Amino acid sequence: MSKPKFKNPVVNWIDYRLPIFTFMNHELNEYPTPKNLNYFWNFGSLAGITLVTMIITGIVLSMNYTAHVDYAFDSVERIMRDVNHGWLLRYIHMNGASFFFIVVYIHIFRGLYYGSYKAPREILWILGVLILLLMMATAFMGYVLPWGQMSFWGATVITNLFSAIPLVGESIVTWLWGGFSVDNPTLNRFFSLHFVLPFVIVGVVILHLVALHRFGSNNPIGIDVKGKQDTVPFHPYYTIKDLFGLSVFTTIFAAAVFFFPNFMGHPDNYIPADPMVTPAHIVPEWYFLPFYAILRAIPDKLGGVLFMFGAIMVLFVLPWLDKSSVRSSQFRPLYKLFFWILVIDCIALGYLGAKPAEGIYVILSRIATAYYFFHFLIILPLLPRIESTRPLPVSISTPIITASSNASTVMAMREKK
Amino acid sequence: MTKKNTPEDQNKRDFLQVSTYALGAVGAASFVWPLIDQMNPAADTLALASTEVDLEALEEGQSITVKWRGKPVFIRHRTKEEISSAKDQLLDGLRDPQTDDERVQNDKYIVLVGVCTHLGCVPLGQKSGDVKGEYGGWFCPCHGSHYDHSGRIRKGPAPTNLEVPKYSFLSDTLIKIG
Repeated sequence: MSKPKFKNPVVNWIDYRLPIFTFMNHELNEYPTPKNLNYFWNFGSLAGITLVTMIITGIVLSMNYTAHVDYAFDSVERIMRDVNHGWLLRYIHMNGASFFFIVVYIHIFRGLYYGSYKAPREILWILGVLILLLMMATAFMGYVLPWGQMSFWGATVITNLFSAIPLVGESIVTWLWGGFSVDNPTLNRFFSLHFVLPFVIVGVVILHLVALHRFGSNNPIGIDVKGKQDTVPFHPYYTIKDLFGLSVFTTIFAAAVFFFPNFMGHPDNYIPADPMVTPAHIVPEWYFLPFYAILRAIPDKLGGVLFMFGAIMVLFVLPWLDKSSVRSSQFRPLYKLFFWILVIDCIALGYLGAKPAEGIYVILSRIATAYYFFHFLIILPLLPRIESTRPLPVSISTPIITASSNASTVMAMREKK
Repeated sequence: MTKKNTPEDQNKRDFLQVSTYALGAVGAASFVWPLIDQMNPAADTLALASTEVDLEALEEGQSITVKWRGKPVFIRHRTKEEISSAKDQLLDGLRDPQTDDERVQNDKYIVLVGVCTHLGCVPLGQKSGDVKGEYGGWFCPCHGSHYDHSGRIRKGPAPTNLEVPKYSFLSDTLIKIG
């Protein structure tokens, strides 16, 4: 055995038998990370912390929740009124779902902007899209649990999507429901799955991290790390940066929990579920609105469902749709422009998803939906043919215009030492 | 032990291997099926009693909603104009062509499962103040499907007509749904 790595003999004794400390030291301490990461690289760790927050608050909420159509709504109200700190735990969990999606959507658009999905990080990206899908399923089933009007009708509409499948659609919906409408068996299984899926997410997150640490983080200029001079150890540089970002994030999160906890929710969900009356205007939670807009934009039931799922499926194959070898938008002037149009398009879809499906909104939804797919299926594959990318820097440490910049010369000299 | 593999031996091994896999697959499938099928409606759910409704008090132009298998069922005592408009409709322009006669047992009463065939919302049109859509029957507020006096889809995303449940008249004004 080589000389002991750690000062503490107990740590050494354990590490010899179970190299957990070596592993942690390698992946969390000395892990070489590109030195030019900006604050958009905070959102991965923020997503991880939010996931843990959701699991912890979720476990304690489940200790006070009753998954039965006659008791579910009241048990949630009891959590809000009678259970010690129940209101706080529920508001953290409820708003945590929204913040989880905010963080993850920023994380995804970061990846789109800086080309983080390109070789050799395709599997890293695909695992990320898989996490997004699992999150959506988990969030949807969680929203059903309070058994309010939006819970019930949201569940009805979303499960009915599967009835669009030819031939077996109706049988699948009956199978999902465990009956002939959304009812107690549905609530029970949704609770069970809502409990277990987050742990599946944890598993995929671990794979996501293994894939990430294989080649390390991408960076704002999107070129590979050329050597030691391009990186800094993860600790203390990025632990501190992540912690600072976390403190900003938790400040905003706390503001939502304490001052406007119901801002991102829907008041109709404080009305107990009534299978005989559909609310006048059903909308899903805000994070599903762009997909909901796509669903409603297509005037055909099966078509709408296919396009909605297609909007996610297209992300799985994104690494092969974007044929440009340049990762970062900083060197792709045209891609940068189209990226921002896509951002606006997605926000527009979100807005349209919340509007009633009539008149001008339908037309705009169709345009926005068409553009979404146009971006991924037409623009991205064709763009490299017409785009002249800017010259890439030699390395992260070598700025493009070395001669004219004093500061960079100093930097370069320092590195030589 | 180092006996050479004759072709015959190889055949034997292939047979053993294939039959082992096949048996294993059957075994796994027969274990997985209960895990999947437990999610289908249970016996007590299937045994949900049928619903009997007395239509004696239902005046012309009135509607009632009853619950059957957890879903709303619409029963409407149609007016003469509604009946004739439903009967006179040509089948040409219909998305899911059905004559009114195929959809009712007694012209006066139309019985429908009150669930939009698009994504399962409950359409409006049962109460007198409700929006009834462009064809005067029912209107689904979720995604804008319009149904006529016979519950046929006329406009909007729903693919088929409102479902007619299985029902029978026990007497002139007593029906049994289910």
